Amino acid sequence: MGVKRYFGLFVVLAVVAGASLYGFAAKAKDWGKYQSGELRSGYTYASKETRAMQDDDFANPSSIWMDQGEELWLKAQGKAGKSCASCHDDAAQSMKGVATRYPVFDKSLGKLKNVEQQINICRKQRMEAKPFKWESNKMLAMTVYVKGQSRDMPVNVKINGPAAPFFEKGKAQYFQRRGQLNLACKHCHEDNAGNLARANLLSQGHSNGFPLYRLAWQRLGSLHRRFRGCDKNIRARPYGYGSDEYVNLELYLAARGRGLPVETPAVRN
Amino acid sequence: MLRKINMVALGRRDTLRLAGAGAVAFVTSSLLPNLALADSASAAKAIKKIIGDKATQQGRITLELPQIAENGNTVPIAFEVESPMTEADHVKAVHIFSEGNPIPNVASIRFSPASGRARAATRMRMAKTQNVIAVAEMSDGSVFMAKAEVKVTIGGCGG
Amino acid sequence: MAKSKPRVKVPKSVKKGEVFQVKTLISHKMESGQRKNKKGKKIPRMIINKFICTYNGTVVFESDWHPAISANPYMAFYIRAEKSGTLVFKWTDDRGQTYEKMASITVN
Repeated sequence: MGVKRYFGLFVVLAVVAGASLYGFAAKAKDWGKYQSGELRSGYTYASKETRAMQDDDFANPSSIWMDQGEELWLKAQGKAGKSCASCHDDAAQSMKGVATRYPVFDKSLGKLKNVEQQINICRKQRMEAKPFKWESNKMLAMTVYVKGQSRDMPVNVKINGPAAPFFEKGKAQYFQRRGQLNLACKHCHEDNAGNLARANLLSQGHSNGFPLYRLAWQRLGSLHRRFRGCDKNIRARPYGYGSDEYVNLELYLAARGRGLPVETPAVRN
Repeated sequence: MLRKINMVALGRRDTLRLAGAGAVAFVTSSLLPNLALADSASAAKAIKKIIGDKATQQGRITLELPQIAENGNTVPIAFEVESPMTEADHVKAVHIFSEGNPIPNVASIRFSPASGRARAATRMRMAKTQNVIAVAEMSDGSVFMAKAEVKVTIGGCGG
Repeated sequence: MAKSKPRVKVPKSVKKGEVFQVKTLISHKMESGQRKNKKGKKIPRMIINKFICTYNGTVVFESDWHPAISANPYMAFYIRAEKSGTLVFKWTDDRGQTYEKMASITVN
């Protein structure tokens, strides 16, 4: 009974294995800047068509949010009557390198802060403007615009000094089993990178392209949205957007991906 | 229609190991039970509605589609029809159809001699593995047709 | 995106007779009418169903879209350069709401 039940599955897998091996053999190639030693960007796991979408700055659907980000950068908002440009002038200069360093330790907060949180700190304290909601189009546009200024620069976060204990927390989270499926991040993204979970090819799970346009979302989305999705997939209760847990994890991931280029805004499946 | 495979019966490690064999499981479970999908007959009907009873010829159309779509909701599609694109001899329109979507019509694109080139690119949705059909109407009344199959896998790591 | 934002890419200048490529992108959910909400009720269709490009007032490219066109629709096509002037791009949705974008083209 057991053999009969799975016979169909084995036949399908066997027939397709040959064809797919041919297809996936093509993945063993020199990926240039998208590879750093053993590290491989999510770009290298995407299909040819998806990569083409990322490579074309105009056709990249993220460009819609980039445009909006640029508009918001120049727009005066809040009671102080300032825009981002009032203090930071030309984003291409002032924001260059930001995405390679964040999240960073904030002395007054006593913990890490990421780019989204820094944007809202600026809005509250400098602009006296209402904070952007997580995952709102405005927040995504602002984040992708700021981070996009570091495109192609290698990720280079600091994990020593005051950031160290938070890095350790993020690392512990990465290796901790959670959820009904009792899986840790590492089970998919370390042990099974390059393998398939159903019909999805598992990547190494790097964060260098976020915020990115995800075909599955048909929208630009943040890293924390992806974390929440991963947690839901393993049937764990997800943490909140901007939670300490996710910001610490964000630092660990950035450190883990040190050397890969900032690809914001990327396009992924 | 492939049988529904009960993945829950396999242990987690077994699932990952099977997946690790490098096999792409073109398994469509009953994830789309409520969609009344079109088929080649309804696509043929939709084509007939636009071009009438004209006979279609092969050739002249290059249809560019991926063999395997990474995600069925965004499949890049491009096509080009050989034509001098002059007043006397040009492509009037190209109609795209799908054989497996809820509605067979995808898009109708009308060109003019001022187009210079009968080529266009867009992104389409595909509900499942199916044929995409391009039908080109020429200024002299002739009609050409091309068809290509795209494999669409149902994902696994939504989130 | 509450308001659909179009963007277009057109070369700044071209030679007369040259066939140049135009790329367009607009943010829009392209709600197909097939999806169901959490309560199981069908979310009504709301898509951009027409896209037109005019060149100095004459229609050079026209397209009817159905729900199978992906969200944030992208469309690229070609135009033969004749005279300098204006390209006008217009998208129309199921409600009749239109979105427009203009671009100038210099033909040498």
